[in-house]
Amino acid sequence: MNMDFSTSLAKKAAQKKVDDAEPKPAETRPTPESAKPTTMEPAAATSPEIASRPRWDEVSVSQITAKMRAEDLHASFGSSEVIKGISLPIAEKLVTAIIGPSGCGKSTFLRCLNRMHEVVSGATAKGKVWLDQQDIYERDVDPVRVRGRVGMVFQKPNPFPTMSIRDNVLAGLRLNGVKLKDPDGQVESALRAVALWDEVKDRLAKAGTSLSGGQQQRLCIARALALEPEVLLMDEPCSALDPIATARVEELIHELREAYTIVIVTHNMQQAARVANFTAFFYLGQLIEYNRTQVIFTRPKEQRTEDYITGRFG
Amino acid sequence: MNLGAATYVRRKLTDRIVRSLCVLGTVIALIPLASVLYYVVSRGIGGINLDFFTELPKPVGESGGGMGNALVGTLKLVGLAGLFGIPPGVLAGIYLAEFGASKFGGAVRFAADVMSGVPSITVGIFVYSLVVVTTKQFSALAGGIALAILMLPMVTRTTEELLKLVPESLREAALGLGVPKWRATLRIMLRTALPGIAVGVMLSVARVAGETAPLLFTASNNSFWSTGVMDQEASLPVNIYTKAISPYEDWHRQAWAAALVLLMTLLILNVTARFLVRTRVRAR
Repeated sequence: MNMDFSTSLAKKAAQKKVDDAEPKPAETRPTPESAKPTTMEPAAATSPEIASRPRWDEVSVSQITAKMRAEDLHASFGSSEVIKGISLPIAEKLVTAIIGPSGCGKSTFLRCLNRMHEVVSGATAKGKVWLDQQDIYERDVDPVRVRGRVGMVFQKPNPFPTMSIRDNVLAGLRLNGVKLKDPDGQVESALRAVALWDEVKDRLAKAGTSLSGGQQQRLCIARALALEPEVLLMDEPCSALDPIATARVEELIHELREAYTIVIVTHNMQQAARVANFTAFFYLGQLIEYNRTQVIFTRPKEQRTEDYITGRFG
Repeated sequence: MNLGAATYVRRKLTDRIVRSLCVLGTVIALIPLASVLYYVVSRGIGGINLDFFTELPKPVGESGGGMGNALVGTLKLVGLAGLFGIPPGVLAGIYLAEFGASKFGGAVRFAADVMSGVPSITVGIFVYSLVVVTTKQFSALAGGIALAILMLPMVTRTTEELLKLVPESLREAALGLGVPKWRATLRIMLRTALPGIAVGVMLSVARVAGETAPLLFTASNNSFWSTGVMDQEASLPVNIYTKAISPYEDWHRQAWAAALVLLMTLLILNVTARFLVRTRVRAR
Protein backbone atom coordinates (compact mmCIF):
# COMPACT_ATOMS: atom_id res chain seq x y z
CA MET A 1 0.00 0.00 0.00
CA ASN A 2 2.70 2.43 0.94
CA MET A 3 5.13 1.44 -1.74
CA ASP A 4 6.73 4.18 -3.68
CA PHE A 5 4.96 4.24 -6.96
CA SER A 6 7.13 6.58 -8.91
CA THR A 7 10.15 4.34 -8.53
CA SER A 8 8.47 0.96 -8.85
CA LEU A 9 6.54 2.09 -11.87
CA ALA A 10 9.58 3.65 -13.40
CA LYS A 11 11.40 0.35 -13.10
CA LYS A 12 8.54 -1.57 -14.66
CA ALA A 13 8.25 0.91 -17.43
CA ALA A 14 11.94 0.63 -18.14
CA GLN A 15 11.77 -3.16 -18.18
CA LYS A 16 8.83 -3.37 -20.50
CA LYS A 17 9.60 -0.35 -22.63
CA VAL A 18 5.92 0.18 -23.12
CA ASP A 19 5.37 3.62 -24.52
CA ASP A 20 2.31 5.02 -22.85
CA ALA A 21 2.94 8.63 -23.60
CA GLU A 22 0.20 8.58 -26.20
CA PRO A 23 -2.22 6.00 -24.81
CA LYS A 24 -4.19 4.36 -27.57
CA PRO A 25 -7.79 3.28 -27.08
CA ALA A 26 -8.01 0.05 -25.15
CA GLU A 27 -9.73 -1.93 -27.87
CA THR A 28 -7.00 -1.34 -30.42
CA ARG A 29 -4.16 -1.85 -28.01
CA PRO A 30 -2.85 -5.38 -27.60
CA THR A 31 -3.15 -6.25 -23.93
CA PRO A 32 -1.26 -9.39 -23.19
CA GLU A 33 -1.53 -10.38 -19.54
CA SER A 34 2.16 -9.74 -18.98
CA ALA A 35 2.01 -6.19 -20.26
CA LYS A 36 -0.71 -5.13 -17.89
CA PRO A 37 0.52 -2.92 -15.11
CA THR A 38 -0.36 -4.88 -12.01
CA THR A 39 0.95 -2.54 -9.38
CA MET A 40 -2.31 -0.81 -8.48
CA GLU A 41 -4.80 -2.37 -6.08
CA PRO A 42 -5.79 -5.75 -7.41
CA ALA A 43 -9.07 -5.30 -5.53
CA ALA A 44 -10.09 -2.61 -7.99
CA ALA A 45 -9.94 -5.07 -10.83
CA THR A 46 -11.96 -7.76 -9.06
CA SER A 47 -14.65 -5.43 -7.77
CA PRO A 48 -17.87 -6.23 -9.63
CA GLU A 49 -18.78 -2.63 -10.41
CA ILE A 50 -15.44 -1.92 -11.91
CA ALA A 51 -14.97 -5.27 -13.61
CA SER A 52 -18.09 -4.64 -15.64
CA ARG A 53 -16.42 -1.67 -17.30
CA PRO A 54 -13.07 -1.61 -19.11
CA ARG A 55 -10.32 -1.73 -16.54
CA TRP A 56 -9.41 1.78 -15.55
CA ASP A 57 -5.72 1.11 -16.03
CA GLU A 58 -6.32 0.34 -19.67
CA VAL A 59 -8.49 3.34 -20.24
CA SER A 60 -7.01 6.51 -21.61
CA VAL A 61 -8.17 9.87 -20.40
CA SER A 62 -10.32 10.38 -23.47
CA GLN A 63 -12.28 7.21 -22.65
CA ILE A 64 -13.10 7.98 -19.05
CA THR A 65 -16.64 7.15 -17.96
CA ALA A 66 -17.21 10.56 -16.48
CA LYS A 67 -19.35 11.06 -13.38
CA MET A 68 -18.55 14.75 -13.51
CA ARG A 69 -17.06 16.89 -16.23
CA ALA A 70 -15.81 20.45 -16.04
CA GLU A 71 -16.05 22.38 -19.27
CA ASP A 72 -14.10 25.60 -19.75
CA LEU A 73 -14.50 26.44 -16.07
CA HIS A 74 -13.39 29.87 -14.91
CA ALA A 75 -13.38 30.93 -11.27
CA SER A 76 -12.50 34.26 -9.72
CA PHE A 77 -12.16 35.98 -6.40
CA GLY A 78 -13.28 39.53 -7.14
CA SER A 79 -11.27 40.61 -10.16
CA SER A 80 -8.50 38.03 -9.92
CA GLU A 81 -9.11 34.90 -11.93
CA VAL A 82 -7.72 31.80 -10.27
CA ILE A 83 -9.14 29.12 -12.59
CA LYS A 84 -8.54 30.03 -16.18
CA GLY A 85 -10.66 27.75 -18.26
CA ILE A 86 -10.25 24.16 -17.10
CA SER A 87 -11.89 21.17 -18.75
CA LEU A 88 -11.57 17.91 -16.91
CA PRO A 89 -13.54 14.68 -16.74
CA ILE A 90 -13.87 12.98 -13.34
CA ALA A 91 -13.90 9.19 -13.68
CA GLU A 92 -16.83 7.40 -12.07
CA LYS A 93 -16.06 5.27 -9.01
CA LEU A 94 -12.37 5.95 -9.27
CA VAL A 95 -10.05 8.34 -7.50
CA THR A 96 -8.87 11.49 -9.23
CA ALA A 97 -6.08 13.47 -7.62
CA ILE A 98 -5.35 17.12 -8.28
CA ILE A 99 -1.78 18.18 -7.62
CA GLY A 100 0.09 21.40 -8.13
CA PRO A 101 1.96 24.11 -6.25
CA SER A 102 0.24 26.37 -3.70
CA GLY A 103 -2.07 28.90 -5.28
CA CYS A 104 -2.50 26.98 -8.51
CA GLY A 105 -6.26 26.76 -8.00
CA LYS A 106 -6.60 23.12 -6.93
CA SER A 107 -8.83 23.82 -3.95
CA THR A 108 -10.83 26.43 -5.84
CA PHE A 109 -11.46 23.95 -8.63
CA LEU A 110 -12.57 21.35 -6.11
CA ARG A 111 -14.94 23.81 -4.46
CA CYS A 112 -16.42 24.63 -7.87
CA LEU A 113 -17.45 20.99 -8.21
CA ASN A 114 -20.11 21.32 -5.51
CA ARG A 115 -20.69 25.06 -5.73
CA MET A 116 -18.91 25.77 -2.47
CA HIS A 117 -16.66 28.27 -4.23
CA GLU A 118 -19.40 30.89 -4.38
CA VAL A 119 -19.91 30.71 -0.61
CA VAL A 120 -16.97 33.08 -0.11
CA SER A 121 -18.07 36.65 -0.70
CA GLY A 122 -16.87 38.06 -4.02
CA ALA A 123 -16.21 34.61 -5.46
CA THR A 124 -17.72 33.82 -8.84
CA ALA A 125 -17.52 30.94 -11.30
CA LYS A 126 -18.54 30.55 -14.90
CA GLY A 127 -18.45 27.69 -17.31
CA LYS A 128 -20.06 24.31 -17.09
CA VAL A 129 -19.74 21.46 -14.63
CA TRP A 130 -21.70 18.38 -15.58
CA LEU A 131 -22.90 16.03 -12.90
CA ASP A 132 -24.30 13.12 -14.87
CA GLN A 133 -26.53 14.89 -17.43
CA GLN A 134 -27.00 18.06 -15.42
CA ASP A 135 -24.94 21.25 -15.61
CA ILE A 136 -24.76 22.30 -11.97
CA TYR A 137 -24.10 25.90 -12.96
CA GLU A 138 -27.37 26.21 -14.85
CA ARG A 139 -29.47 28.98 -13.45
CA ASP A 140 -32.31 26.93 -12.00
CA VAL A 141 -30.04 24.52 -10.14
CA ASP A 142 -30.14 24.88 -6.36
CA PRO A 143 -26.57 24.73 -5.02
CA VAL A 144 -27.90 23.27 -1.77
CA ARG A 145 -29.12 20.18 -3.64
CA VAL A 146 -25.86 19.83 -5.53
CA ARG A 147 -24.02 19.73 -2.21
CA GLY A 148 -26.25 16.92 -1.07
CA ARG A 149 -25.08 14.82 -4.04
CA VAL A 150 -21.46 15.95 -4.05
CA GLY A 151 -20.12 15.75 -0.51
CA MET A 152 -17.02 17.44 0.81
CA VAL A 153 -14.29 16.75 3.34
CA PHE A 154 -12.19 19.71 4.37
CA GLN A 155 -8.54 20.28 5.07
CA LYS A 156 -8.96 20.69 8.81
CA PRO A 157 -11.24 18.25 10.61
CA ASN A 158 -14.34 20.28 11.50
CA PRO A 159 -16.78 18.24 13.57
CA PHE A 160 -19.56 20.33 15.11
CA PRO A 161 -18.32 21.15 18.63
CA THR A 162 -21.80 21.28 20.15
CA MET A 163 -22.66 17.76 19.00
CA SER A 164 -21.76 14.28 20.16
CA ILE A 165 -20.03 11.78 17.89
CA ARG A 166 -23.40 10.23 17.09
CA ASP A 167 -25.07 13.56 16.38
CA ASN A 168 -22.17 14.59 14.17
CA VAL A 169 -22.71 11.55 11.97
CA LEU A 170 -26.43 12.31 11.74
CA ALA A 171 -25.97 16.08 11.44
CA GLY A 172 -26.26 16.20 7.66
CA LEU A 173 -29.48 14.21 7.67
CA ARG A 174 -31.03 16.03 10.60
CA LEU A 175 -30.11 19.50 9.37
CA ASN A 176 -31.72 18.61 6.07
CA GLY A 177 -34.88 17.56 7.85
CA VAL A 178 -34.61 13.90 6.84
CA LYS A 179 -36.78 11.63 8.95
CA LEU A 180 -34.48 9.00 10.43
CA LYS A 181 -35.89 5.49 10.28
CA ASP A 182 -32.97 3.72 11.84
CA PRO A 183 -30.60 6.31 13.27
CA ASP A 184 -28.53 3.79 15.25
CA GLY A 185 -28.03 1.63 12.19
CA GLN A 186 -27.09 4.63 10.08
CA VAL A 187 -24.59 5.79 12.67
CA GLU A 188 -23.05 2.36 12.86
CA SER A 189 -22.80 1.81 9.12
CA ALA A 190 -21.33 5.28 8.49
CA LEU A 191 -18.80 4.80 11.28
CA ARG A 192 -17.97 1.31 10.06
CA ALA A 193 -17.44 2.65 6.57
CA VAL A 194 -14.68 4.88 7.90
CA ALA A 195 -13.32 2.18 10.25
CA LEU A 196 -14.10 4.28 13.30
CA TRP A 197 -16.86 2.17 14.80
CA ASP A 198 -14.69 -0.07 16.95
CA GLU A 199 -12.80 2.90 18.31
CA VAL A 200 -15.82 4.97 19.33
CA LYS A 201 -18.76 2.59 19.78
CA ASP A 202 -18.57 2.88 23.58
CA ARG A 203 -18.56 6.66 23.63
CA LEU A 204 -20.96 7.79 20.94
CA ALA A 205 -22.40 10.37 23.33
CA LYS A 206 -19.02 12.07 23.84
CA ALA A 207 -18.29 15.31 22.01
CA GLY A 208 -17.03 14.90 18.46
CA THR A 209 -14.20 17.26 19.31
CA SER A 210 -12.95 14.89 22.03
CA LEU A 211 -11.48 12.58 19.37
CA SER A 212 -7.93 12.75 18.05
CA GLY A 213 -7.26 14.66 14.85
CA GLY A 214 -7.23 11.57 12.66
CA GLN A 215 -10.40 10.23 14.25
CA GLN A 216 -12.06 13.63 13.83
CA GLN A 217 -11.23 13.60 10.14
CA ARG A 218 -12.69 10.12 9.74
CA LEU A 219 -15.74 11.30 11.67
CA CYS A 220 -16.11 14.13 9.16
CA ILE A 221 -15.85 11.63 6.31
CA ALA A 222 -18.54 9.52 8.01
CA ARG A 223 -20.68 12.63 8.35
CA ALA A 224 -20.35 13.26 4.62
CA LEU A 225 -21.01 9.60 3.77
CA ALA A 226 -24.15 9.45 5.89
CA LEU A 227 -25.85 11.60 3.24
CA GLU A 228 -25.00 8.93 0.66
CA PRO A 229 -23.44 11.33 -1.81
CA GLU A 230 -22.45 10.19 -5.29
CA VAL A 231 -19.20 12.08 -5.34
CA LEU A 232 -16.85 12.82 -2.45
CA LEU A 233 -14.54 15.82 -2.71
CA MET A 234 -11.54 15.83 -0.37
CA ASP A 235 -9.55 19.01 0.07
CA GLU A 236 -6.14 18.00 1.42
CA PRO A 237 -7.84 15.70 3.93
CA CYS A 238 -4.56 14.58 5.49
CA SER A 239 -2.63 17.82 5.72
CA ALA A 240 -3.49 18.24 9.40
CA LEU A 241 -2.86 14.59 10.27
CA ASP A 242 0.18 12.61 11.37
CA PRO A 243 1.57 9.81 9.15
CA ILE A 244 -0.35 7.04 10.93
CA ALA A 245 -3.67 8.84 10.67
CA THR A 246 -2.82 9.69 7.07
CA ALA A 247 -2.25 6.03 6.28
CA ARG A 248 -5.65 5.17 7.73
CA VAL A 249 -7.42 7.81 5.69
CA GLU A 250 -5.60 6.60 2.56
CA GLU A 251 -6.68 3.03 3.23
CA LEU A 252 -10.16 4.37 3.63
CA ILE A 253 -10.01 6.11 0.25
CA HIS A 254 -9.02 2.80 -1.30
CA GLU A 255 -12.10 1.16 0.18
CA LEU A 256 -14.46 4.02 -0.60
CA ARG A 257 -13.69 4.13 -4.28
CA GLU A 258 -15.65 0.91 -4.69
CA ALA A 259 -18.78 2.90 -4.07
CA TYR A 260 -17.95 6.55 -4.59
CA THR A 261 -16.41 8.84 -7.13
CA ILE A 262 -13.61 10.58 -5.28
CA VAL A 263 -11.68 13.74 -6.10
CA ILE A 264 -8.77 14.51 -3.82
CA VAL A 265 -6.63 17.62 -3.73
CA THR A 266 -3.22 16.99 -2.26
CA HIS A 267 0.11 18.67 -1.78
CA ASN A 268 1.68 15.34 -1.18
CA MET A 269 2.70 13.69 -4.45
CA GLN A 270 3.38 10.34 -2.83
CA GLN A 271 -0.18 10.44 -1.61
CA ALA A 272 -1.50 11.13 -5.09
CA ALA A 273 0.61 8.23 -6.38
CA ARG A 274 -0.68 5.96 -3.63
CA VAL A 275 -4.40 6.65 -3.81
CA ALA A 276 -5.31 8.03 -7.22
CA ASN A 277 -6.17 6.31 -10.47
CA PHE A 278 -5.99 9.54 -12.42
CA THR A 279 -3.95 12.61 -11.65
CA ALA A 280 -4.33 16.16 -12.89
CA PHE A 281 -1.49 18.65 -12.60
CA PHE A 282 -2.59 22.27 -12.22
CA TYR A 283 -0.33 25.24 -12.58
CA LEU A 284 -1.33 28.91 -12.31
CA GLY A 285 -5.00 28.18 -12.76
CA GLN A 286 -4.56 25.96 -15.78
CA LEU A 287 -4.63 22.25 -16.36
CA ILE A 288 -1.18 21.33 -17.55
CA GLU A 289 -1.51 17.60 -17.76
CA TYR A 290 -4.06 14.95 -16.98
CA ASN A 291 -3.48 11.24 -17.28
CA ARG A 292 -3.42 7.95 -15.48
CA THR A 293 -1.48 8.37 -12.28
CA GLN A 294 1.39 6.10 -13.21
CA VAL A 295 1.83 7.90 -16.50
CA ILE A 296 1.94 11.29 -14.79
CA PHE A 297 4.52 10.07 -12.32
CA THR A 298 6.70 8.09 -14.69
CA ARG A 299 6.40 9.53 -18.16
CA PRO A 300 4.87 13.00 -17.97
CA LYS A 301 4.51 14.65 -21.33
CA GLU A 302 4.94 18.18 -20.11
CA GLN A 303 8.24 19.57 -18.90
CA ARG A 304 6.46 21.54 -16.17
CA THR A 305 4.84 18.39 -14.78
CA GLU A 306 8.16 16.65 -14.69
CA ASP A 307 9.80 19.65 -13.02
CA TYR A 308 7.10 19.69 -10.37
CA ILE A 309 7.00 16.00 -9.57
CA THR A 310 10.77 15.80 -9.41
CA GLY A 311 10.80 18.73 -7.01
CA ARG A 312 12.46 21.28 -9.22
CA PHE A 313 9.85 23.89 -8.36
CA GLY A 314 6.67 24.32 -6.41
CA MET B 1 27.33 39.06 22.60
CA ASN B 2 28.41 40.67 25.82
CA LEU B 3 27.06 44.10 26.63
CA GLY B 4 29.04 44.46 29.87
CA ALA B 5 27.97 43.93 33.46
CA ALA B 6 26.69 47.49 33.87
CA THR B 7 24.06 47.00 31.14
CA TYR B 8 22.67 43.87 32.79
CA VAL B 9 22.52 45.54 36.20
CA ARG B 10 20.67 48.48 34.64
CA ARG B 11 18.22 46.16 32.86
CA LYS B 12 17.43 44.29 36.06
CA LEU B 13 16.88 47.56 37.89
CA THR B 14 14.56 48.87 35.18
CA ASP B 15 12.64 45.61 35.31
CA ARG B 16 12.17 45.93 39.08
CA ILE B 17 11.06 49.55 38.91
CA VAL B 18 8.52 48.95 36.15
CA ARG B 19 7.18 45.90 37.89
CA SER B 20 6.69 47.69 41.20
CA LEU B 21 4.97 50.57 39.38
CA CYS B 22 2.53 48.08 37.90
CA VAL B 23 1.83 46.56 41.30
CA LEU B 24 1.32 49.99 42.78
CA GLY B 25 -1.14 50.90 40.01
CA THR B 26 -3.08 47.70 40.60
CA VAL B 27 -3.32 48.42 44.33
CA ILE B 28 -4.56 51.95 43.67
CA ALA B 29 -7.17 50.59 41.27
CA LEU B 30 -8.33 48.06 43.86
CA ILE B 31 -8.70 50.59 46.72
CA PRO B 32 -11.99 52.15 45.52
CA LEU B 33 -13.47 48.75 44.68
CA ALA B 34 -12.58 47.26 48.04
CA SER B 35 -13.66 50.31 50.00
CA VAL B 36 -17.01 50.57 48.19
CA LEU B 37 -17.64 46.92 48.98
CA TYR B 38 -16.59 47.34 52.59
CA TYR B 39 -18.55 50.55 53.10
CA VAL B 40 -21.75 49.29 51.53
CA VAL B 41 -21.60 46.02 53.42
CA SER B 42 -20.83 47.59 56.77
CA ARG B 43 -23.50 50.28 56.46
CA GLY B 44 -26.10 48.13 54.76
CA ILE B 45 -25.96 44.89 56.70
CA GLY B 46 -27.79 46.44 59.68
CA GLY B 47 -30.88 47.16 57.58
CA ILE B 48 -31.20 43.65 56.18
CA ASN B 49 -33.91 41.54 57.71
CA LEU B 50 -36.89 39.55 56.50
CA ASP B 51 -39.14 42.61 56.52
CA PHE B 52 -36.78 44.36 54.13
CA PHE B 53 -37.50 41.78 51.46
CA THR B 54 -41.23 41.36 52.05
CA GLU B 55 -42.70 44.58 53.49
CA LEU B 56 -43.76 47.84 51.89
CA PRO B 57 -41.96 51.02 52.91
CA LYS B 58 -43.45 52.66 56.01
CA PRO B 59 -44.38 56.36 56.02
CA VAL B 60 -42.00 58.83 57.59
CA GLY B 61 -41.98 58.60 61.34
CA GLU B 62 -42.83 54.94 61.53
CA SER B 63 -39.85 52.65 61.84
CA GLY B 64 -39.46 49.29 60.11
CA GLY B 65 -40.95 48.43 56.74
CA GLY B 66 -39.04 47.19 53.72
CA MET B 67 -38.55 47.34 50.00
CA GLY B 68 -40.40 44.29 48.82
CA ASN B 69 -42.14 46.29 46.14
CA ALA B 70 -38.88 47.73 44.84
CA LEU B 71 -37.29 44.29 44.63
CA VAL B 72 -40.21 42.94 42.65
CA GLY B 73 -40.24 46.17 40.63
CA THR B 74 -36.61 45.82 39.63
CA LEU B 75 -37.23 42.22 38.55
CA LYS B 76 -40.25 43.34 36.56
CA LEU B 77 -38.40 46.20 34.87
CA VAL B 78 -35.42 44.03 34.00
CA GLY B 79 -37.78 41.34 32.73
CA LEU B 80 -39.56 43.81 30.48
CA ALA B 81 -36.21 45.18 29.30
CA GLY B 82 -35.08 41.67 28.43
CA LEU B 83 -38.33 40.99 26.63
CA PHE B 84 -38.01 44.12 24.49
CA GLY B 85 -34.24 44.26 24.23
CA ILE B 86 -32.88 40.73 23.85
CA PRO B 87 -34.77 39.40 20.79
CA PRO B 88 -34.13 42.39 18.50
CA GLY B 89 -30.59 42.67 19.86
CA VAL B 90 -29.76 39.05 19.09
CA LEU B 91 -31.39 39.25 15.66
CA ALA B 92 -29.53 42.46 14.83
CA GLY B 93 -26.31 40.77 15.99
CA ILE B 94 -26.97 37.85 13.65
CA TYR B 95 -27.64 40.30 10.83
CA LEU B 96 -24.36 42.11 11.46
CA ALA B 97 -22.36 38.90 11.68
CA GLU B 98 -23.90 37.40 8.54
CA PHE B 99 -24.50 40.37 6.27
CA GLY B 100 -22.63 43.11 8.12
CA ALA B 101 -20.06 43.59 5.37
CA SER B 102 -22.47 45.86 3.49
CA LYS B 103 -22.64 49.64 3.84
CA PHE B 104 -25.89 49.35 5.74
CA GLY B 105 -24.25 46.88 8.10
CA GLY B 106 -21.48 49.34 8.75
CA ALA B 107 -24.06 52.03 9.50
CA VAL B 108 -25.91 49.74 11.92
CA ARG B 109 -22.68 48.85 13.68
CA PHE B 110 -21.72 52.51 13.97
CA ALA B 111 -25.18 53.39 15.29
CA ALA B 112 -24.93 50.62 17.89
CA ASP B 113 -21.55 51.90 19.03
CA VAL B 114 -22.84 55.46 19.28
CA MET B 115 -25.93 54.28 21.12
CA SER B 116 -23.93 52.43 23.74
CA GLY B 117 -22.20 55.74 24.46
CA VAL B 118 -25.43 57.75 24.85
CA PRO B 119 -25.87 58.92 28.47
CA SER B 120 -28.62 56.90 30.11
CA ILE B 121 -30.47 60.04 31.23
CA THR B 122 -30.88 60.98 27.57
CA VAL B 123 -32.58 57.68 26.94
CA GLY B 124 -34.81 58.44 29.92
CA ILE B 125 -35.87 61.79 28.44
CA PHE B 126 -36.46 60.17 25.07
CA VAL B 127 -38.73 57.49 26.49
CA TYR B 128 -40.45 60.10 28.67
CA SER B 129 -41.46 62.13 25.65
CA LEU B 130 -42.26 59.05 23.59
CA VAL B 131 -44.13 56.83 26.03
CA VAL B 132 -44.90 58.70 29.24
CA VAL B 133 -46.28 61.80 27.50
CA THR B 134 -48.39 59.78 25.07
CA THR B 135 -49.81 57.43 27.71
CA LYS B 136 -50.06 60.29 30.21
CA GLN B 137 -48.57 58.21 33.03
CA PHE B 138 -45.35 56.88 34.46
CA SER B 139 -45.28 53.13 34.02
CA ALA B 140 -43.24 49.98 34.34
CA LEU B 141 -43.68 49.67 30.58
CA ALA B 142 -41.91 52.97 29.97
CA GLY B 143 -39.14 51.98 32.38
CA GLY B 144 -38.73 48.63 30.67
CA ILE B 145 -38.51 50.30 27.25
CA ALA B 146 -35.86 52.73 28.52
CA LEU B 147 -33.75 49.88 29.91
CA ALA B 148 -34.29 47.85 26.74
CA ILE B 149 -32.92 50.72 24.64
CA LEU B 150 -29.84 50.74 26.85
CA MET B 151 -29.44 46.97 26.50
CA LEU B 152 -29.96 46.83 22.77
CA PRO B 153 -26.54 47.96 21.53
CA MET B 154 -24.74 45.79 24.10
CA VAL B 155 -26.68 42.68 23.14
CA THR B 156 -26.28 43.41 19.42
CA ARG B 157 -22.54 43.86 19.52
CA THR B 158 -21.95 40.93 21.88
CA THR B 159 -23.97 38.62 19.65
CA GLU B 160 -22.11 39.81 16.57
CA GLU B 161 -18.68 39.43 18.13
CA LEU B 162 -19.41 35.96 19.50
CA LEU B 163 -20.86 34.76 16.21
CA LYS B 164 -17.74 35.99 14.47
CA LEU B 165 -15.65 33.91 16.87
CA VAL B 166 -17.28 30.71 15.59
CA PRO B 167 -14.84 29.27 13.04
CA GLU B 168 -15.94 29.72 9.44
CA SER B 169 -14.99 26.08 8.88
CA LEU B 170 -18.13 25.02 10.77
CA ARG B 171 -20.34 26.98 8.42
CA GLU B 172 -18.54 25.41 5.47
CA ALA B 173 -19.00 21.99 7.02
CA ALA B 174 -22.73 22.60 7.27
CA LEU B 175 -23.05 24.09 3.78
CA GLY B 176 -20.97 21.21 2.44
CA LEU B 177 -23.60 18.86 3.83
CA GLY B 178 -26.20 20.54 1.65
CA VAL B 179 -27.71 22.56 4.49
CA PRO B 180 -29.37 25.86 3.50
CA LYS B 181 -27.57 28.96 4.72
CA TRP B 182 -30.25 30.12 7.14
CA ARG B 183 -30.34 26.75 8.82
CA ALA B 184 -26.57 26.57 9.02
CA THR B 185 -26.62 29.97 10.69
CA LEU B 186 -29.25 29.08 13.25
CA ARG B 187 -28.44 25.46 13.97
CA ILE B 188 -24.67 25.56 13.76
CA MET B 189 -23.32 29.09 14.11
CA LEU B 190 -25.81 30.45 16.63
CA ARG B 191 -25.94 27.17 18.51
CA THR B 192 -22.16 27.11 18.86
CA ALA B 193 -22.04 30.75 20.01
CA LEU B 194 -25.07 30.42 22.29
CA PRO B 195 -23.35 29.91 25.68
CA GLY B 196 -21.19 32.97 25.04
CA ILE B 197 -24.17 35.02 23.91
CA ALA B 198 -26.08 33.98 27.05
CA VAL B 199 -23.21 35.24 29.18
CA GLY B 200 -23.10 38.51 27.26
CA VAL B 201 -26.84 38.94 27.74
CA MET B 202 -26.48 38.27 31.48
CA LEU B 203 -23.82 40.94 31.75
CA SER B 204 -25.97 43.47 29.93
CA VAL B 205 -28.90 42.60 32.21
CA ALA B 206 -26.62 43.19 35.19
CA ARG B 207 -25.66 46.55 33.77
CA VAL B 208 -29.16 47.87 33.23
CA ALA B 209 -30.42 46.46 36.54
CA GLY B 210 -28.36 49.09 38.30
CA GLU B 211 -29.48 52.01 36.12
CA THR B 212 -31.22 54.86 37.93
CA ALA B 213 -31.36 57.86 35.64
CA PRO B 214 -33.52 56.38 32.85
CA LEU B 215 -36.07 55.21 35.45
CA LEU B 216 -36.49 58.54 37.25
CA PHE B 217 -39.09 59.86 34.84
CA THR B 218 -40.23 56.69 33.14
CA ALA B 219 -41.10 54.15 35.84
CA SER B 220 -40.80 56.81 38.52
CA ASN B 221 -41.41 55.34 41.95
CA ASN B 222 -44.19 53.79 43.95
CA SER B 223 -44.70 53.27 47.67
CA PHE B 224 -47.09 50.41 47.16
CA TRP B 225 -47.30 47.13 45.33
CA SER B 226 -48.00 47.77 41.69
CA THR B 227 -50.14 45.65 39.44
CA GLY B 228 -49.66 45.19 35.72
CA VAL B 229 -47.22 47.18 33.66
CA MET B 230 -49.12 50.47 33.34
CA ASP B 231 -48.59 51.41 36.98
CA GLN B 232 -45.80 53.47 38.44
CA GLU B 233 -43.12 51.06 39.46
CA ALA B 234 -40.69 51.09 42.36
CA SER B 235 -37.13 49.92 41.76
CA LEU B 236 -34.08 49.46 43.93
CA PRO B 237 -31.83 52.08 42.27
CA VAL B 238 -34.51 54.80 42.32
CA ASN B 239 -35.35 53.93 45.92
CA ILE B 240 -31.72 54.23 46.89
CA TYR B 241 -31.71 57.67 45.33
CA THR B 242 -34.91 58.97 46.93
CA LYS B 243 -34.17 57.47 50.36
CA ALA B 244 -30.58 58.65 50.38
CA ILE B 245 -31.44 62.30 49.65
CA SER B 246 -34.16 62.31 52.33
CA PRO B 247 -33.41 63.86 55.74
CA TYR B 248 -34.50 60.80 57.75
CA GLU B 249 -32.03 58.55 59.49
CA ASP B 250 -34.29 55.50 59.12
CA TRP B 251 -34.56 56.00 55.35
CA HIS B 252 -30.78 56.33 55.06
CA ARG B 253 -30.44 52.93 56.70
CA GLN B 254 -32.88 51.50 54.17
CA ALA B 255 -31.01 53.10 51.29
CA TRP B 256 -27.80 51.41 52.43
CA ALA B 257 -29.55 48.09 52.75
CA ALA B 258 -31.00 48.47 49.26
CA ALA B 259 -27.56 49.38 47.92
CA LEU B 260 -26.16 46.23 49.51
CA VAL B 261 -28.87 44.02 48.01
CA LEU B 262 -28.41 45.56 44.55
CA LEU B 263 -24.64 45.27 44.71
CA MET B 264 -24.79 41.65 45.79
CA THR B 265 -27.30 40.77 43.08
CA LEU B 266 -25.13 42.32 40.38
CA LEU B 267 -22.01 40.74 41.83
CA ILE B 268 -23.64 37.32 41.77
CA LEU B 269 -24.84 37.86 38.18
CA ASN B 270 -21.36 38.91 37.09
CA VAL B 271 -19.55 36.14 38.87
CA THR B 272 -21.98 33.52 37.55
CA ALA B 273 -21.52 34.83 34.01
CA ARG B 274 -17.76 34.74 34.31
CA PHE B 275 -17.84 31.31 35.88
CA LEU B 276 -19.94 30.05 33.00
CA VAL B 277 -17.44 31.46 30.50
CA ARG B 278 -14.59 29.77 32.29
CA THR B 279 -16.19 26.34 32.50
CA ARG B 280 -17.23 26.61 28.88
CA VAL B 281 -13.69 27.43 27.80
CA ARG B 282 -12.31 24.57 29.86
CA ALA B 283 -14.81 22.17 28.33
CA ARG B 284 -13.45 22.92 24.87
